[in-house]
Amino acid sequence: MIRIKVNERFVEFKEPPKLMEVRARFKPGSDLTILNGFPTQENPVLRDGDNIIFIRKGAMPSREELESLMMARHTPGVHDAVKKARVGIAGLGGLGSAVAVALARLGVGEMVIVDFDIVEPSNLNRQQYFIDQIGRPKTEAMEENLRRINPYVKVSSHREVLTEQNIPQYFCRVNALVEAFDTAESKAMLLNTMAERCPDVPVVTASGVAGHGPSNSIKTVPFGKYFIVGDQETEAATGMGLMAPRVGIAAHHQANCVLRILLGEPEE
Amino acid sequence: MKISVNGEAFEAAPEVRTVGELLCSLGLCDQRVAVEYNRTILPKNSYAETKISEGDALEILSFVGGG
Repeated sequence: MIRIKVNERFVEFKEPPKLMEVRARFKPGSDLTILNGFPTQENPVLRDGDNIIFIRKGAMPSREELESLMMARHTPGVHDAVKKARVGIAGLGGLGSAVAVALARLGVGEMVIVDFDIVEPSNLNRQQYFIDQIGRPKTEAMEENLRRINPYVKVSSHREVLTEQNIPQYFCRVNALVEAFDTAESKAMLLNTMAERCPDVPVVTASGVAGHGPSNSIKTVPFGKYFIVGDQETEAATGMGLMAPRVGIAAHHQANCVLRILLGEPEE
Repeated sequence: MKISVNGEAFEAAPEVRTVGELLCSLGLCDQRVAVEYNRTILPKNSYAETKISEGDALEILSFVGGG
């Protein structure tokens, strides 16, 4: 007896069937066959534990089929681990918006996103918003974008200025927090507040992401049980702008650091 | 007094007795830092009262803006 997953349901077979026999029986007329995460046009004999999805073009897959297809390129085990996680993002600018998009594609279970600002034209050189979202609160615009990318991520958004007083209520119960603020003072305030009020939450902070210096000078380094991403030098200033490539590199360092924390990987 | 700052040996001036005084002597007595003192992050309101001793290890993170 072998068990094969066909469009997210387990089916048992006495003898190992060939792929196209299974298609003819369960989804005749489907156009695309995905075997263990990869499209195939071959007709192999199936093995116990194989995972098959048949898709008819133009037809929207069911919720379970879609989520499984979206995660088909993940390393096995990653999805299950991140699906259980709650991740906080403090600030939805160049860093926070890109981290949010990466974590949505990763399929984290829940994101708690907090920002007070609205989308402005000058944000669009690096932040993950669209022209038609100018003037709208970043929390609202990002919630909409995340839903379009991955509707299976729960998003809790709060349009709020984060302070020493309200940080604990949003972020004491997350599995990891991304600091994605703009000013040096607010970055320090968040880290110090978390250390004092929510000492069990790992924080991934960023410092030194401006300009167009070498990509490889952006590093992830430990600070106590926290992590700092950036070159720790290049401050945003006149003549030292914030631009999509380098801010994006830093944001994805932060997102990957969060993934490593959620997977229980060792320090950098 | 010999201490370690950001992983390097550092000779603190005789008048530097607390973490707060050390930060100011380094030009960092503002709101932009986080300090790890002997492996834990020190609350900001204890900089002034936390005395430094010979052999202490401090990591000072001085933030720059941009994000």
